[in-house]
Amino acid sequence: MLIPVSISISVVIFMIVHLLPGDPIDNLIRVGSSPDDRARLIAKYGLDQPLFTQYFRWIAAMFQGDFGDAIVLRRPVADLIAQNLPYSLQLGGLAFAFSSIVGIIFGTISAVTRSAAVANFMRGFILLGSTVPGFWLALLMILFFAVRLQWFPVSGARGWESLVLPVLTIGFGGVALVARVTRVALMDVRREDFVVLLHAKGLSSTSILMRHLLPHAMLPVVTILALRIGWILGGAVTVEFVFGRPGLGSLLIRALGQRDYPVVQACLLMLALAVMIGTLVGDVAQAAMDPRVREAKK
Amino acid sequence: MTSISSAVLGLRKTAVSRAFGSWLGRIAGGFLILLVLTAIFAPWIIPFDYAKQDLMNGNAPPGWPHLLGTDQFGRDVLSRVIYGARTSLSVSATAISISVSVGMALGAAAGYFGGFFERAVMTVVDLTWSFPDILIALIFVAIIGPGLTSTTFAIAIAYLAQFTRLTRAQIVRLKGETFIEATINLGAKPSHILLKHLLPNAIAPVIVVGMLAIGDGIVLEATLGFFGLGAQPPTPSWGAMMSSGTAQLFLSPWVIIFPGVAVAVTVIAVNLFGDELIRALDIRDRIKGA
Repeated sequence: MLIPVSISISVVIFMIVHLLPGDPIDNLIRVGSSPDDRARLIAKYGLDQPLFTQYFRWIAAMFQGDFGDAIVLRRPVADLIAQNLPYSLQLGGLAFAFSSIVGIIFGTISAVTRSAAVANFMRGFILLGSTVPGFWLALLMILFFAVRLQWFPVSGARGWESLVLPVLTIGFGGVALVARVTRVALMDVRREDFVVLLHAKGLSSTSILMRHLLPHAMLPVVTILALRIGWILGGAVTVEFVFGRPGLGSLLIRALGQRDYPVVQACLLMLALAVMIGTLVGDVAQAAMDPRVREAKK
Repeated sequence: MTSISSAVLGLRKTAVSRAFGSWLGRIAGGFLILLVLTAIFAPWIIPFDYAKQDLMNGNAPPGWPHLLGTDQFGRDVLSRVIYGARTSLSVSATAISISVSVGMALGAAAGYFGGFFERAVMTVVDLTWSFPDILIALIFVAIIGPGLTSTTFAIAIAYLAQFTRLTRAQIVRLKGETFIEATINLGAKPSHILLKHLLPNAIAPVIVVGMLAIGDGIVLEATLGFFGLGAQPPTPSWGAMMSSGTAQLFLSPWVIIFPGVAVAVTVIAVNLFGDELIRALDIRDRIKGA
């Protein structure tokens, strides 16, 4: 399944970029250069070959770790990716960890609490987190924490302080999502017969929650988290832009504006790869956690 | 098609009135009605011309006569937020209508005919489904160029997968029901079965999810506008207002705060009312199954 999907994704990414209007050569050419210079540049980047040939060249080169040269930035794309990827991974990884941990805690609290005030607060938080646009939240955070209180820097990527606000911004939506899924999963499991039996056996509510309910409820949470890796990267695109951080998202947006095909292709491919790895990890984790899935696959 | 529209009409009469039953549904629904009316009558409501510049009076804080202040060009923020509702709502609603109609047609055909066609459609749909909506929209705006039309299509394409999947799931579920088998055995044509029996039964969850998606569409429109890819000046849209406001973030934060509040409150109202509709129609399981 993974191989046909990767092939179709690579074809789609390759084709989409060639449908973009505008020509990167126009960005490169200097005033006063002759049509000959233009033809030489086109030949140099292989843009005169049939699309089919360009595609196979591109794929073959990629397997050797060669993403081509960025046409406008005039550097190997692999270098640009290597330079920006760590920032995105750092931000994405932290945001992911933050969303999972805080989300599961919040979801559990909202599922087991008997206090109406706490339940309403959680419901409001989940609603806000899943509706408020990320970039607006980022701007409000900058306004309040960076300008008014001056606790954190406004932008850039120097030191851990500059990570706090971006992680909180992406995490806010993630926490709401994970909390919602955890809450629903816990409510569903709680109605099962075996839980009634556990209560009848006289186990304490806490040990039922920790040893029986939570492991059960983690299944849909893990699935959603794995599927959401791509969405966290998508959130990182806007948040990197607002906070002026380097990363795949800022690189992609800049390259889209400059019509720098190789960079756009490589960025999209990286994001697609992350999405696919996420789905795969989700499937494996589910099989590892759930004997029912394991048996069904045999 | 008459039975589809009567199904929609029936849905509106019973479920909407039930969704208005709870106080949350009443507040959210009432707000949405008010908002749509404001958007329609915006040209007659706005206190100032939304495009009129008054450079001597730029970056004025909220007060009188500019209740929500003015932006860097001295334009009235309140008027622009009100007029922006027109842009944001119409772009999102148009986009989602396209998305729902095309998605329903594709999903119904895929679910009903099956075979190679279904596999081809679902492969493409699953492909776009795994990508974040903002990325899909960004790519399509990059292809067609910035502007409100391309924003509309970008949003429509970003949410197409959702409605195709949902409709297909409904059709596949319904196809196994006895009454459909009976109709087939009575010799009904495929078009008759699809239009008279399958779609009317499948439409409720699709319409409700479509309504919820209008909220997502508003956020996506605002995000594209924020990147400068949506509405072009001087047309006010909530996203574009925030985009031009970032330069003045420290000087006049109200230019960013109020359009954002408008987006947030609208999307929250859409979500609350959508939830009430789902509860009123009792279709939570049918939506989750897709």
